[in-house]
Amino acid sequence: MTRQEDRGGPRQPLLIAKDLKRHFPIRSGLLNRQTATVHAVDGVSFDVKKGEVLGIVGESGCGKSTTARLMIGLIELDDGQIIFDGDVLGEDITLKELRRGVQMVFQDSYASLNPRLTILDSVAFGPKINGLEDPEGKARNLLKRVGLEPDRFAHRYPHELSGGQRQRVNIARALAMEPRLVILDEAVSALDKSVEAQVLNLLNELREEFGLTYIFISHDLNVVRYISDRVLVMYLGEVVEVGPAEAIYHNQAHPYTSSLFAAMPSMDPDNRTEEPPLAGDPPNPINPPSGCRFHTRCKFAESVCSAAKPKLSVIGGDETHLAACHMMDPASGHSQSFREAAE
Amino acid sequence: MSETPLVEFKDLVVRFKGDRTVHAINGLNLNLKPGEMLGLLGESGSGKSVTLKTLLRLLPPKRTDLEGSVKVLGTDVMSLSGRALAKYRGGDVSMVFQEPALALDPVYTIGDQIAEAVMRHKGISKLAAMDVALDMLTRVRIPSPERRLKNYPHEMSGGMRQRAMIALALACRPKLLLADEPTTALDATVQIQILLLLRELQKEFGMGVIFVTHDIGVAVEVSDRIAVMYAGNIVETGKTRDVIKNPRHPYTRGLLAANLHGAVKGSRLDAIPGSPPPLEEAPSNCSFAPRCSLARPECWKALPPRIDIGNGHEAACVLAAEAAVTA
Ligand SMILES: Nc1ncnc2c1ncn2[C@@H]1O[C@H](COP(=O)(O)OP(=O)(O)O)[C@@H](O)[C@H]1O
Ligand SMILES: Nc1ncnc2c1ncn2[C@@H]1O[C@H](COP(=O)(O)OP(=O)(O)O)[C@@H](O)[C@H]1O
Ligand code: SF4
Ligand SMILES: [Mg+2]
Ligand SMILES: [Mg+2]
Repeated sequence: MTRQEDRGGPRQPLLIAKDLKRHFPIRSGLLNRQTATVHAVDGVSFDVKKGEVLGIVGESGCGKSTTARLMIGLIELDDGQIIFDGDVLGEDITLKELRRGVQMVFQDSYASLNPRLTILDSVAFGPKINGLEDPEGKARNLLKRVGLEPDRFAHRYPHELSGGQRQRVNIARALAMEPRLVILDEAVSALDKSVEAQVLNLLNELREEFGLTYIFISHDLNVVRYISDRVLVMYLGEVVEVGPAEAIYHNQAHPYTSSLFAAMPSMDPDNRTEEPPLAGDPPNPINPPSGCRFHTRCKFAESVCSAAKPKLSVIGGDETHLAACHMMDPASGHSQSFREAAE
Repeated sequence: MSETPLVEFKDLVVRFKGDRTVHAINGLNLNLKPGEMLGLLGESGSGKSVTLKTLLRLLPPKRTDLEGSVKVLGTDVMSLSGRALAKYRGGDVSMVFQEPALALDPVYTIGDQIAEAVMRHKGISKLAAMDVALDMLTRVRIPSPERRLKNYPHEMSGGMRQRAMIALALACRPKLLLADEPTTALDATVQIQILLLLRELQKEFGMGVIFVTHDIGVAVEVSDRIAVMYAGNIVETGKTRDVIKNPRHPYTRGLLAANLHGAVKGSRLDAIPGSPPPLEEAPSNCSFAPRCSLARPECWKALPPRIDIGNGHEAACVLAAEAAVTA
């Protein structure tokens, strides 16, 4: 396969998201006037290195899918910048060029496929309209590669397949465009566990084989840990912590990250969870709390937390591990900031 | 040991007729003791919801063939009708769902719905029933319960609606609660709150619970005992600790591996190949054989025996008796 060339070199991140912002107006009443604003994504920055898997976790409504859609221009940015292998979207490359390099797989395997196309036609469609060589041959090879024998499956329609098989088709369809980055937005979440494990094996194999980079979005922390090199944690439209997967799993710095992990079932009948780490539901991204958006649920919150927005600070001298909590910033004035920072 | 079981399924068979026959439940045997919390664990289509619906007599009578027996505290559930059935549903046995909309009526306030159920089953006055409603909202820890009595379901957040549904289900103090994936749609930090609440209320009220889930972690968190379902039957059952730490059925082991708890990053997963059988025919051999890496010729010839491993731990697998399978 002809991959698109690596332009920026190995040290250039494949994708840089800079201060992404997207708000949605809420309209109501007879005049359909804007009555409120959903702060879906509010100043999100991160980069994705070549060949890595970046996991994105957070509870529903925290802005994971909106972030993903912004990255491939499915919705427009209010503000911020996308840089793909050194090229700024809208300046150095067009949306069409970006989409050749970045493909996405969604949770709903059925809605993503045209019900009137056979799966062979679905997979060949992208390459065909983009003028790639031998779209059908490519599609047959990919179907075979994702475990759907073309002789048996090529001429079936989406409704004739199981959820797991449809998701394999969606993966083949994304790969047919020869992308460098694949964004998987809850791509295995609707599958039964035994089928999910098969698809995870497939994703790992394809990544090596085609030298892919993944952004893997999921609410399932076990799955994210298994597949990711680095993990980004979001809360109400913002990044609260990012770092190497092992640091995020064993050495959480942000109180929200710790709560999220403490909420995972223990898997140990002799050591079951006794106390819920947080009370109540996550607040609404309409009118999010001031300062640190987590302050309404945080047991360490002090006056500084509602007054000022915490910066992402380096944790324990590890430049790759950052968290946005006043306790991690020695200059914040939070009473616990020195102790935490000294650790 | 001669205590009457709270629930007793004996050789239950449920078959749906129609364009296609679906063999949903195929000879299921299961007991629940009073005050016990059983996790019924299985993937979609394995027959978990049908099992609960059989208990509540919610299956479409014309399209369903039923065989075997289902007893609750010694009473044959299939024989109930009229007022006895109405008293049984919502009085002795009640149910909570994944989707609160299935239980809560959008046009009545939470308080009215709970009070109405209590009046119907306990024959007390509206005023007394409202007191019960308030007490229930307090017990499920809904903040400012007096005010919430007057709320409509849509005025509450997802977690609060789930609590309100639990309050409604428990208001008549059922002996048996059926919970069909009640936390599946919730976020992790809310899910754990509801799981711990249910565990606590179950102890407090001393009721039996069948908690249906596809999530093994959830089952471990709430259950005294776990029953693993596959293709309309129980393939393994036992105390939670025994099933999790010493699984004997290859399907249970596969599910545990697929949970990824403690899986090494990037290592190849020991995934169960294929997918569950179509249920078009009644099984005549082990339903799991086509996906089982340990299947032997006898697995394809006859239904597997139910092997008693001791301490109430059973597995429907020819290999379950052998020590080799535990290695
Ligand atoms: N097109 C839209 N119009 C209005 N609100 C939206 C739209 N898309 C998403 N939202 C809102 O933005 C927030 C973030 O949504 P989303 O990115 O889908 O979160 P996640 O994927 O983390 O669950 C939610 O409150 C959601 O309701
Ligand atoms: N009313 C019905 N008519 C026909 N088939 C049904 C009916 N209800 C359930 N089934 C089928 O029975 C099987 C078991 O379903 P169910 O108990 O809902 O599974 P789950 O374990 O996911 O709860 C499935 O194949 C389902 O499609
Ligand atoms: S900044 Fe304050 S409120 Fe936010 S997480 Fe840190 S301690 Fe808690
Ligand atoms: Mg989403
Ligand atoms: Mg079900």
